Amino acid sequence: MHPAYSVIFFTTASGAGYGLLVWLAMASALGGFPPDWALGLIGLGLALALVTGGLLSSTAHLGRPERAWRAFSQWRSSWLSREGVLAVATYIPAAILGISWVFYEKFDGPVIIASLLVSVLALTTVYATGMIYASLPTIRAWNQPLTVAVYLTLAMATGGILFVFVLSFFAPLPTWAIALPLVAIIGAYFTKRFYWEAIDEAPRTLRPENATGLGHIGKVHHLEPPHAQANYVMREMGFKVARNHADKLRRLSAYLMFLVPIVCLLLLLMVSTFTAPLFALVAVLAMGIGVVIERWLFFAEAEHVVMLYYGADAA
Amino acid sequence: MTTLPKSTKKKLGLVIDLDICVGCQACATSCKEWNTGGYSAPLSDTDPYGADPHGAWLNRIHGFEVGDGESGQTVHFPRSCLHCETPACVTVCPTGASYKREEDGIVLVNPDTCIGCKLCSWACPYGAREYDENHGVMKKCTLCVDRIYNQHLAEEDRVPACVRACPTGARHFGDIGDPNSAVSKLVADRGGYDLMPEMGYKPVNKYLPPRARRDGSANNFQPAVEAPDPPGKDLATSFFAWADKMLSQ
Repeated sequence: MHPAYSVIFFTTASGAGYGLLVWLAMASALGGFPPDWALGLIGLGLALALVTGGLLSSTAHLGRPERAWRAFSQWRSSWLSREGVLAVATYIPAAILGISWVFYEKFDGPVIIASLLVSVLALTTVYATGMIYASLPTIRAWNQPLTVAVYLTLAMATGGILFVFVLSFFAPLPTWAIALPLVAIIGAYFTKRFYWEAIDEAPRTLRPENATGLGHIGKVHHLEPPHAQANYVMREMGFKVARNHADKLRRLSAYLMFLVPIVCLLLLLMVSTFTAPLFALVAVLAMGIGVVIERWLFFAEAEHVVMLYYGADAA
Repeated sequence: MTTLPKSTKKKLGLVIDLDICVGCQACATSCKEWNTGGYSAPLSDTDPYGADPHGAWLNRIHGFEVGDGESGQTVHFPRSCLHCETPACVTVCPTGASYKREEDGIVLVNPDTCIGCKLCSWACPYGAREYDENHGVMKKCTLCVDRIYNQHLAEEDRVPACVRACPTGARHFGDIGDPNSAVSKLVADRGGYDLMPEMGYKPVNKYLPPRARRDGSANNFQPAVEAPDPPGKDLATSFFAWADKMLSQ
């Protein structure tokens, strides 16, 4: 599948933004830190900026961005529409939490309900993002049980590292604020690893014989393409990355997404408060680049069944 | 609404005979010609006279080589929207631009509300949906919805443009949901089949398989013309054969 940069940026940025929202909302609901207005402003501001930037960039790949509002209408059947509705719905409790935290320095009492709603809606939005891909039977690498889990755990991991980064400016980091994001990153590592193993092992059961229905006659081989130049279907669905490149990129993204942030978090347990933001920043940048590579691979490694009509040997 | 109708009154679709399609592309060009001025006009091309011409077409004709050796054959394989009974291209659409008609089962895209997100093309296993770069919306076979009910056309023209254009009669149009229709009988007689039923989309269009070929291993070919008499029993015959050969050079 062709990796569209607007979609890669969207899922990376909004995934991290929703993850950060969950961390801030849950930590505030559980009274993890005092309701400092500046922390609320910077933390929630960063989360909502990432979410909003991601959503706006996702409209860049539309042929008709001015009609994007129509995408809120088909939530009964479409995961893309559900994602849009949930994304917008998340702003409402997030605004209540934000106003209460920043202007009144208060996030206990009834505001906890808003915090819980933020967490549930943010996670459901990421779930819907994952389901857009996981629900397509035409793409074997996406139509996997772990696809959604990867989106969810990576959102919590990227959000978690941002949470550490924001928090490191305000107070000496409490141990839980390092340990829990660490757990999230390790969880994301295992989920992604099992996902990669699953797509490598999933059998490529469909062949040109299935696509044409002519297997009863004999081996089917694409002889004559319908057109001389690549058409939309081939450009969009036929993008493929070389196997050895994919292996190298998988390793690189795993180092950046998991290894570097884990080392940084472990160092954060030891370093002084003044240098903490620096270590957190290194972790944030490494993970950001790592997830962008991971998202690119998510598309580039995915084979679409339609390519069986264009000479692919299996899908 | 992108939720699917529970059932459709008709199942209009195409039956494509792979036995007699000659791959002439007449259906594809006729489709392009009609539809660039039809329901979802234009069907635009990008860089049409340049180095990389490509554009939106609703019908593509592939050539496959099937089988090996003497039993091998070339099968011309037209590929277009199959107007599936449970098409995921419709249910994934976030705007409702994509829909399946309750009255005849035709799957259409409303070009005025499509946002060009391309998700429907990801959901289609058959590559039936193409993105129009200049129009910014998705294009697909309309089963010539603007021909088949068009009272301004002569009766014989009220069929999809591809069916009308086919010089060998390899394309048939009708109600595949009606067991007594001509197309349904054709499907029953010839063992018409669905493409990739394992996908679960329940295509309406059917393909008729190539008929079994004569066994190439048995030497049963009849020559088109009689072979000339073997040369030279007598001198005169040999002489005339020699003369004929020399004069023919």
